Amino acid sequence: MLNKLKQIKEAPIRYGLVSPSLLMIGVFLLIPISIVFVYSFLQPGTYGGVEWTFSLDAYKQFLFEEDFITEELQFTSAYLEIFVRSFSQAAIATFFCFIIGFPTAYFIATRPIHTQSLWLFAITIPYWVNLLVRTIAMLFIIRDQGPLNEFLMYLNFIDTPIKLAYTPFAVSLGLFYSFLPFMVLPIYTALSRFDMSLLTAAHDLYASRWAALRHVLIPSVPHGIYAGCLLVFIPSIGAFIAPDLLGGGKQLMIGNLIALQFQGSRNWPFGAAAAIILLSFILITLLVFSLRKKGE
Amino acid sequence: MKNSISHYPGTKAITILCLFILYTPLIIISLYSFNSLRSITTWGGFTFDWYIKAFNNPAIQSATMNSLLIAVLASSIATLIALAAAMGMLRGAPLKKQKIIVGMINLPLLLPEIVVAVSSLIFFIAIDMTLGLGTILIAHIVFCIPFAYLPISTRLKDINQSFDEAAYDLYASRWQSFRHITLPMAMPGIVSGLMLAFVVSLDDFIVANMVAGPGSSTLPMTIYSMLRIGLTPEINAISTILLLISILFVTASWWCNRSTQSNS
Repeated sequence: MLNKLKQIKEAPIRYGLVSPSLLMIGVFLLIPISIVFVYSFLQPGTYGGVEWTFSLDAYKQFLFEEDFITEELQFTSAYLEIFVRSFSQAAIATFFCFIIGFPTAYFIATRPIHTQSLWLFAITIPYWVNLLVRTIAMLFIIRDQGPLNEFLMYLNFIDTPIKLAYTPFAVSLGLFYSFLPFMVLPIYTALSRFDMSLLTAAHDLYASRWAALRHVLIPSVPHGIYAGCLLVFIPSIGAFIAPDLLGGGKQLMIGNLIALQFQGSRNWPFGAAAAIILLSFILITLLVFSLRKKGE
Repeated sequence: MKNSISHYPGTKAITILCLFILYTPLIIISLYSFNSLRSITTWGGFTFDWYIKAFNNPAIQSATMNSLLIAVLASSIATLIALAAAMGMLRGAPLKKQKIIVGMINLPLLLPEIVVAVSSLIFFIAIDMTLGLGTILIAHIVFCIPFAYLPISTRLKDINQSFDEAAYDLYASRWQSFRHITLPMAMPGIVSGLMLAFVVSLDDFIVANMVAGPGSSTLPMTIYSMLRIGLTPEINAISTILLLISILFVTASWWCNRSTQSNS
C-alpha cells in the first residue's frame, strides 16, 4: 500500500525525466515528418519551397509526365526504374549479407563463451567507422587503376582493367559492405540462445548436416534472421552514399532522388512525396515481417 | 566435439572471409595515405606529407573544429537527455505507455537518414531558423539520443533496485541516492553511451549536408566536396584519421562495458 502511494507520488517526476527526450524527438523529428507529409500534397514554389495549393501532382509525377505542348499526361518509367532499382539493390545486398552473415554468426555462436564477445566486437568495429570513409575506401579499391585491378593484372588474370566502379555491381557491393555487420548481430543473438544439442538429436535421427541445418537450425531462429534482413534491407533501400559515390550518378536510388529535389532541381513537394513513399515502403516491409512473426 | 554435427565445415573460412571483406578496404586506404607518390597506385615509399598537407589546409582545419564542437556538444546533451529518460523509465515499475515511449526514443534509428535530413531541413526553414552549426547540433542531438540510451538502459536494468531502497531506508534523499548509488554504478553505461553518441555525430554526413549553412561545413562534408576533384592522398590521410578516431572510441566504449560485465 505504502509502495503504491510512493509510486503515485513518483509518477510525475518520472514522466518529467522522460519528457526531454520525447520533446526533442517529437518537436525535431515527428513534427518535421508531418510537415513533409503535408508538403507532399502541395505545389512547388518557383525557387524551392512550396505554394499552399492542394495538389496530387507530386505523386502523379512518379508515373506520368506532362507533355509541354499538348499538356497531356504521358506514362513515364524513369522514376519507376529508380524505385525498382532501389528495391532490387537492397534485396541483392540483403541476400549476400545473409549468405556471409549466417555462417559467420553460427561460427561465433559456437566459439567458447569468453571469446564470443571479442569476435562480435571485431565484426562491429567497421560499422562505427564513418560510412563516407568506408565507401571511399571501397571506391579506392575497385577503381580502374585501383589495387584490385592492378593485382588481377599482376597475376595475369586480366590484360586491361575491368570496369567495376560506377556500375550497378559497385552499388550492390557498397551496400553489402556498408551493412554486413547488421546481419551478423541479431542472428548471433538468436543462435546463442539455440540449444545446439538439438542438432545432435537430429543427427541421431539420421538427419544429414544439410537436413539438420534446413529443418532444425534455420527454422529455430526465424526472429534473428528476420531482424538481420530488416536491418540490412531498410538502410539499403534508403541509401544515399553508396549509389552516389559508387554508382557515379548513373545508378540513382530513392535516397538520391529525394536529396536532388532539395538541392539541384528544387521540387520540394516531389521530394517530400518520394520521402513519404520510401517511408511507406519501409512501413509495409515491417508490417509484412511482423505478420509473419505472429503467424508462427 | 570436432566431429559432432554441430560443427559445420566452412563456417570458419566464411567468418575469416567476412572479416577480410570488412577490414581490407580500411587497411588499404590507410596504407596508401603514407604513399609518397601522388599516383595512388604505385608505392613510392613512406611519407607523412599528406597528413601535413591536410593539417595545413584551412578548410580542413575549420571543418575539424566544427565537427569536434558539434560532436562534443551533441553527444553530451544527448547522453544527459538519454540518462534522464532511462532513469525515469527503469527505476520502478514500467510506466504507462512505456513501450510507446521506448519506440519514440528509437524512432531515429528506424528512419532512413535521408528522410531525417530533408525533414529537418524543411522544419528549420519553416520556423525560419538560420541554417548553420546550431541546426546541425539540434539534428545531431535527436539522432544521438537512441545511441546513448541503449547502453545506459542496459546498464540500469542490471543494477539491483534494492541498493536504492537501502539508501532510502538510511534517509538518503532521492538526489543523494542517485548521486552516490545509481550514478557511480551506471557510469560505465553512461561513458559507453557518450562515446557511441560522439562517434555517431562525428560520422554523420547526410544530415549535416542538408541542414548546414554557408561556412558551417563539417569534416565529412569537406571530404565529400574534395572528392569532386578526385581521390587524392590527402583524402586518404583525413579518412585514416577519422577511422582511427572511430575505432579508438568504439574500442574504449566496448572496454567500459566489458569490464563491468566481468565484475557483475
